[in-house]
Amino acid sequence: MRPRLINPEEEFQRYRRRMEIAGVMVVVMLLGLFSRFVWLQVIQYDRYHALAENNRIALVPAPPSRGVIYDRMGTVLAHNYSAYTLEVTPSKAGNLDELMDGLAQIVTIEAGDRKRFRKLLAESKNFESIPLRNQLSEEEAARFAVNRYRFPGVEVKARMFRQYPFGESFAHVVGYIGRIGERDVARLEAEGLAANYKGSDHIGKLGVEASYEKWLHGRTGIEKVETDSGGRAVRVLARTEPVSGHNLWLHLDSRLQQVAERVFGDYRGALVALDPRNGGVLALVSKPGFDPNLFVDGIDAATWKDLNDAFERPLINRALRGVYPPGSTIKPFMALAGLELGVRKPGDTIVDPGYFSLPGSSHRYRDWKKDGHGVVDLKKSITVSCDTYYYGLAREMGIERMAAFLGQFGFGQKSGVDLDGELAGLLPTPEWKQRRFKRPWWPGETVIAGIGQGYMLTSPMQLAVAAMALANDGVLYKPQLVRAWQDPESGRIHYAAPQVMGKIPLSPRNLQLVKEAMIDVMRPGGTAAGAGAGAPYLIAGKTGTAQVKSIQQGSSYDARRTAAHHRDHALFIAYAPADNPKIALAVMVENGGHGGSTAAPIARKVMDYWLLGKLPTLSVSEEGAAETAEEAEDSGPTDDTASPLALPEDSQ
Amino acid sequence: MIARLLKRLFAHLDGPLMGLLALLLLVSAATVFSASSGNPDKMLAHLANMGIALGALLLMSHTPPQRLMQFALPVYVLGLLLLLGVALFGVVVNGSRRWLDLGVTRIQPSELMRLAVPMMLAWYFHYKQATLSAKDFFIAGALLILPVGFIAKQPDLGTTLLITASGFYVLYLAGLSWKVLAGGGVALAAALPLAWSNLLHDYQRQRVLTLIDPTSDPLGAGYHIIQATIAVGSGGMAGKGWMQGTQTHLDFLPERSTDFIFAVYSEEFGLVGNLVLLLLYGAIVGRGLWLAASAPSLFGRLLAGAIVLTFFTYAFVNMGMVSGILPVVGVPLPLVSYGGTSMLTVLTGFGILMSMATHKKLVKT
Repeated sequence: MRPRLINPEEEFQRYRRRMEIAGVMVVVMLLGLFSRFVWLQVIQYDRYHALAENNRIALVPAPPSRGVIYDRMGTVLAHNYSAYTLEVTPSKAGNLDELMDGLAQIVTIEAGDRKRFRKLLAESKNFESIPLRNQLSEEEAARFAVNRYRFPGVEVKARMFRQYPFGESFAHVVGYIGRIGERDVARLEAEGLAANYKGSDHIGKLGVEASYEKWLHGRTGIEKVETDSGGRAVRVLARTEPVSGHNLWLHLDSRLQQVAERVFGDYRGALVALDPRNGGVLALVSKPGFDPNLFVDGIDAATWKDLNDAFERPLINRALRGVYPPGSTIKPFMALAGLELGVRKPGDTIVDPGYFSLPGSSHRYRDWKKDGHGVVDLKKSITVSCDTYYYGLAREMGIERMAAFLGQFGFGQKSGVDLDGELAGLLPTPEWKQRRFKRPWWPGETVIAGIGQGYMLTSPMQLAVAAMALANDGVLYKPQLVRAWQDPESGRIHYAAPQVMGKIPLSPRNLQLVKEAMIDVMRPGGTAAGAGAGAPYLIAGKTGTAQVKSIQQGSSYDARRTAAHHRDHALFIAYAPADNPKIALAVMVENGGHGGSTAAPIARKVMDYWLLGKLPTLSVSEEGAAETAEEAEDSGPTDDTASPLALPEDSQ
Repeated sequence: MIARLLKRLFAHLDGPLMGLLALLLLVSAATVFSASSGNPDKMLAHLANMGIALGALLLMSHTPPQRLMQFALPVYVLGLLLLLGVALFGVVVNGSRRWLDLGVTRIQPSELMRLAVPMMLAWYFHYKQATLSAKDFFIAGALLILPVGFIAKQPDLGTTLLITASGFYVLYLAGLSWKVLAGGGVALAAALPLAWSNLLHDYQRQRVLTLIDPTSDPLGAGYHIIQATIAVGSGGMAGKGWMQGTQTHLDFLPERSTDFIFAVYSEEFGLVGNLVLLLLYGAIVGRGLWLAASAPSLFGRLLAGAIVLTFFTYAFVNMGMVSGILPVVGVPLPLVSYGGTSMLTVLTGFGILMSMATHKKLVKT
């Protein structure tokens, strides 16, 4: 191309033009930016404002303090205390093994802690913080604080812990809380309660802790927190205070409960004591127990397996879930049935040869006394617990009428006590047998049902309810554990009203007769004369013996102990004082043999304590001897040295 | 006496432009102070950087255009040699080979080329102005592509684009034919898919993709854009107030005192503040172009014009990137972002601009 000479003036003009075009471009681009800013900052402002607020504000749940559980005297059965825990957020912590090794040099971390941590880790989501060590001492917490920078994702937190000061004694009643599991989450979500459990780690799993979970938990508060990009809280912007759970007062008397527990000695079994005036549960014992504190922070697998597989089955609440044939304890109710249905008159007598046979059959249904009781009327049939009398009575009454009458006393149905997991037992009928076994009812099955054997199953709770109904002349209260609760907001204490479950229409004369017979049971000539001896108050009782069935014993039979575990279960029901009942109870002693010799004495000691404030004397060899001696200076439940939290007795 | 001395010292400064630059530096000081949450060390370093850069501006304003013209070729050649050195012996930092280790200190030769390239091209056109032909544009193009090629290889996308832009502005102002411009535009559009698959690195491609849909990678590459856009948008009309930006002070904004400082400013001063900033940049560019046009030599006009337009390009690319209309390219907001090198380069450029405009009598046209 040929170079051409340029006119400087022309060149300058072109430069100016190009400059102007550039200038216009600059203005256009500035306008472009400006319109973008208008879009973001004016038109889309709400959206970005919300996003920025979302970035910065986190809603942190403030978990409420769980309600405290007291006994009737204000003794603490379950409470909270604050302690430090060492918690790890796995997603931020890196290599967990190295982390734990490093931490172990600063605070004590035992093998069990690691194991439990692993278990919780497997159950949780990665971004949750998981406790590694609970109850750090002040010194350990301080030592960690100094070394904190070395452990990202590890924090010391102050947390509330649940504790059961009586350990084993109330495990089956008060129960325990445990870490919220998958099933709990599903249930909470189904009930729409999940939001209230944000920030809560624990939930009631058993006993009152479970059945009153909604009351005990309280309402979770919300803290509006400003956080930085790392999620660390910078400051609290607003706070909705959590509302503590309701404090509960039980009808239970902790000292009565402990007395009852102690008088069982090494026996397995259950005791339920009710206040016949309102259905309040005064004591509910299932032996053996277990330490509920083990469950609070997650029990390790080995300990749980030991407890669950133990031959004694400590985890089973025998008072509600242990169902056994009622044996002879059914007889007072059978006698009442005979009188009320007109099958027997008070003066009707039989001659007991020691056995009963159905017409046209040579099979002998034996009395417990080989040679029989001779001439037996209704009263004597209860006092000496004559089997032959009831074989005949049952046959004449028929199984259907028997079931209908006994059903009024609560047999074969749940008592409705405010605890979860109760079993209904069984009140058999031909219809039931057909349904269950596809077989017809045999007449012989009616005969043995008359003495509480065969298919019939009752729990100690049901027996206690039936005894209460007798004591109340037919009035059935629903058994209640919770006596009062405190509204956390107003501080006011509300009392649970007694709930009448039913009034059985009974003729006073018939009742009088059966009650007198039951009083005679405790007198010389009666089956529990030994246990009744020397009582300064009237007791009405009835002994019973239930033949052992393999179903109660579960699968893990120990060959060496089989003999002992073939022994019958001892049963006893009673109420006292018979002329003004203040306590109705049922005792079941597994493999205890005869009711009169093992179950009745236990009941007597419990009644003595409740009515007289008398502490049981135990043989020196027994474990609790030293304790008892100390406590002997303590007076009975009637005195008024209870803590200020005790509820006034008559404040309904 | 002192007054006369000062008058001589400031003789080559342009009053209105200096006033506008001072305002911008004031904005910068306030924003960096907020972005660093009032960290006094950082603030002091920032003010020191400003001082040094203003010193360079003063120095350059006194340097006559002929002297600069003499420097144009040697500096360009030196820059090229250094770039070659980087390609052969450079130190790799963060995956890019940008630095040359001189034992005493490390230098980044591409920074030198930001001014050396437009200077070289302006010098070339000045030198050839009497016999300008299409061939000269080819040669000038080659002089531009050579260093740009090295820098693109490092890789350094931001610097590559901006040096290309500065060279292009010289070509444009020198009178590159509109046909060539149009043809170049078409060729560029055609080459884009090719460049996409062959020239761009994965992370660069990712940045572009992220721009289109930031939410596709909210914790990775998209995080910067999302958080910056939230900061800008949540600033609203009047802003959250100085030192009150939640995105800034709660650590949600990355790189908040350097490349993303505009988000801090925008969050705290809102649309009103942004308008002020845009007007400030517009005024600086306007005054700069006016001064450039008044330069007596072609060298001066071309170089000064390119400096001003490049300055604007920096500002536009940065604000576009922070507000989410351009991909994330590592470009600071000129004269506002924290960082000595950028400050020094930009104010040196303005020093040259003022020198070009004020040394009238010394160059014949």
